[in-house]
Amino acid sequence: MVGRNGGTVPAVSVGDLDVSFGRGAEAFRAVKQVSFEVADGETFGLVGESGSGKSTTLRAIAGLIDGWSGTIAVKGRTVDKKRTRGFYRTLQMVFQDPYGSLHPRHTVDRMLAEPLSFHRFDHIEKRIEQTLDDVGLGAEFRFRYPHQLSGGQRQRIAIARALVLEPSILLLDEPTSALDVSVQAEILNLLKDLQAEHELTYILVTHNLAVVSHMCARLAVMNVGEIVEVLDVSQLREMKPTHPYTRQLLDASTGYDAAKVAGFERFG
Amino acid sequence: MSGGGVAKRESWRQWLATDVPRSRGQAKAVQLYLGWLAFRSNTLAVIGLAILVLLVLLWIFGPLIATQDPFAQALAKRLLPPGAEGHLMGTDELGRDIYSRVVHGAGIALYIVTLVAITAPALGLIVGTLAGYLGGWVDVTLMRLTDIFLAFPKLVLALAFVAALGAGLENAILALILTAWPPYARIARAETLTIRKSEFIDAVRIQGIGSVRIIVGHIWPLCISSIIIRVTLDMAGIILTAAGLGFLGLGAQPPTPEWGAMISSGRKFVLDQWWVATMPGLAIFTVSLGFNLLGDGLRDVLDPKSGGGS
Amino acid sequence: MSGGGGGRNGIASTPLLRLDDLWVRFPGHNRVIEAVRGVSFSVGRERVGIVGESGSGKSMTGRAILRLIRHPGRMSANCVELEGEDLLALSERRMRDIRGHRISMIMQDPKYSLNPVVRVGEQIAEAYRAHSRVSSGEARRRAIEMLEAVQIRDPERVYETYPHEVSGGMGQRIMIAMMLVPEPDLLIADEPTSALDVTVQMQVLAVIDKLVAEKGMGLIFISHDLNLVASFCDRVLIMYAGRIVETCRAATLHEAEHPYTRGLLNSLPRIDQPVERLKVLARDEAWSEGAGVDGGT
Repeated sequence: MVGRNGGTVPAVSVGDLDVSFGRGAEAFRAVKQVSFEVADGETFGLVGESGSGKSTTLRAIAGLIDGWSGTIAVKGRTVDKKRTRGFYRTLQMVFQDPYGSLHPRHTVDRMLAEPLSFHRFDHIEKRIEQTLDDVGLGAEFRFRYPHQLSGGQRQRIAIARALVLEPSILLLDEPTSALDVSVQAEILNLLKDLQAEHELTYILVTHNLAVVSHMCARLAVMNVGEIVEVLDVSQLREMKPTHPYTRQLLDASTGYDAAKVAGFERFG
Repeated sequence: MSGGGVAKRESWRQWLATDVPRSRGQAKAVQLYLGWLAFRSNTLAVIGLAILVLLVLLWIFGPLIATQDPFAQALAKRLLPPGAEGHLMGTDELGRDIYSRVVHGAGIALYIVTLVAITAPALGLIVGTLAGYLGGWVDVTLMRLTDIFLAFPKLVLALAFVAALGAGLENAILALILTAWPPYARIARAETLTIRKSEFIDAVRIQGIGSVRIIVGHIWPLCISSIIIRVTLDMAGIILTAAGLGFLGLGAQPPTPEWGAMISSGRKFVLDQWWVATMPGLAIFTVSLGFNLLGDGLRDVLDPKSGGGS
Repeated sequence: MSGGGGGRNGIASTPLLRLDDLWVRFPGHNRVIEAVRGVSFSVGRERVGIVGESGSGKSMTGRAILRLIRHPGRMSANCVELEGEDLLALSERRMRDIRGHRISMIMQDPKYSLNPVVRVGEQIAEAYRAHSRVSSGEARRRAIEMLEAVQIRDPERVYETYPHEVSGGMGQRIMIAMMLVPEPDLLIADEPTSALDVTVQMQVLAVIDKLVAEKGMGLIFISHDLNLVASFCDRVLIMYAGRIVETCRAATLHEAEHPYTRGLLNSLPRIDQPVERLKVLARDEAWSEGAGVDGGT
């Protein structure tokens, strides 16, 4: 497969992805014919409001959902419904809710050691220490339980857990939405640092246009399961999107303006 | 010398109260210690625990405390009231010392309770979590099986088993286990259905880890609390059911001093020689109460909804 | 310190709400946790935003005004006055008259604040009947009027629905209808739009905007979103560790002086001003140690 950069294989490539829940008359199509490519080393944003299908798309790529059709290719190789072990060492995910994505009864050490020993990595002790260091946490966090950690610390652990298998692609599902503003800045900086250090590719799902603008090079705007448009971040920053839905999103993201709100319409 | 002793005691407490555990073992120990402190603050729960500790002690030291041979009959001394001739609780219809029989019966009660408390919940946990996590036809099959067992009243089912297998303490225990496991399967399945949707389960699935490992390592630890609470509250009922079986002559056989059997044989004299049935009855009551208090205390500590930590 | 702020009529001599030295404390394991430490401010018939992160005490302040702090938490203040009437001195029964009737509160998630087993129209009608003696027919009429006022199309149909049948945005508008039907003087909105999509947020804010303006109510808008509050309110109070650390007019927020406020403003990513790294807020012990600022009028 030839990627956007001519000759380089895209990190992730999604073609005509369809995701449905339920069967027969009650089937609900959460994602409809979604296609996009993410280049190696890029940060790609998937933006939309709730019900847009952005998280569902991410979860389908990650292999957490069964009812999908279409093609998903990671590093040039298409993936089946059942993922291989190698897949999980290439692609990992960070979840939204720091309060729900860590097992309440496991120590940090256990959370990091389990995937390492399952995938038969060597030097597990050293890897754990190294990863904790990478995410800016010291060794004193190693044997703590989630309820002893703050929201920002938990999210760092979630990132550490995703990184410990040394993937090259990270899927980030609203990684800072549940965090305080000051903590968000730290985590976003951390993500940027880690990307540079480990040469990672990110697919970032969020509803926050400011975060997308800060982190991403390109983004796709989704609404009710479809991609509305794909933009370069420069278009967003100059406040010049083409599609009216994106323009409405931008208007809504820049603070309250009674006149603008009066003009809002429903899309889809 | 005393200085060194004090220093050592301090460091144990510090080790348990630390904010920064340095090993897996220490982390676990700290959580248990915190749970213990929370439990200890509930007086009734501690009383419950004390009663059960007493039960265990009676089992261990029974033969030493019991003043007389629980099997020794003395027909000339039958049906003596409590306090007469050194019999603290009186004698039964064969002249045996009731106090010694109650003390020996403690060991039997403990035997029954321990076997049932370990086996039935384990069985229920396995069935429930498998059904809840795997879903589909596994869920349907296992739950219908559970429903079949649940459809019968406990005592009736136990009676049926004992009738089929023959009377005797071991068969009674087996019957109790077979009737006690379904509610645990239900609890485990309900918890699993909720836990299954959590993001931390998604996070471990996305590491490629398989279902069995997820069930054992991630789901069981979260079900354990509810099951422990339910077990302690059920144990009171288990003792009563065992007593009921004994009462009907289908549990422990004479001359074994099982409390239920003792009540049964004392039935005939309950109006005039009330102590023959009442003393073992009080023993059952006390132990049931102990389990209930302990169960309530454990729920306060373990139930996440009431803010318990461990 | 008089004046009702730069509100609609500006002539009022007693402020709508006056808070002086409010403290809210919770007993912890070995120490007392002070959620709110000496907060003072006044609100006229204007919009005041209270901004802070989690743990800043902003929600507790809102609840304390309505005396909704439950045991074992304790609140204390020099005064909490509603148009001169001391709320601290009132009996619980009198306080219940005040709640909903003179001061109303909208909370974050309608999923949790609407009764799931009662039809939404009924809930609004009940809120109305709680504070005025009217027939059920009149209450129903009023409820439908309110549903229209919060821009719900087809109010008769929505009257009959249950909370789980409506979307988040509509649920929040129903919540607003319920809280505003008794026509309170002061509305406290605690993160009213945080659980909503961004376009729906704006639409709900438009509803609040219109109703607050129409009825000349005072508004206390509690949120973690500094920019949103600045664009919606007249005045902003910034809270940190239980204290007000800065107060300013919304229009001049970007000229804020306190290092915490500046730090918050600088750490936010902006769509139109890309930076390589966000400036992380460096917390200073001094901010929670120092005396708070009077939120003024």
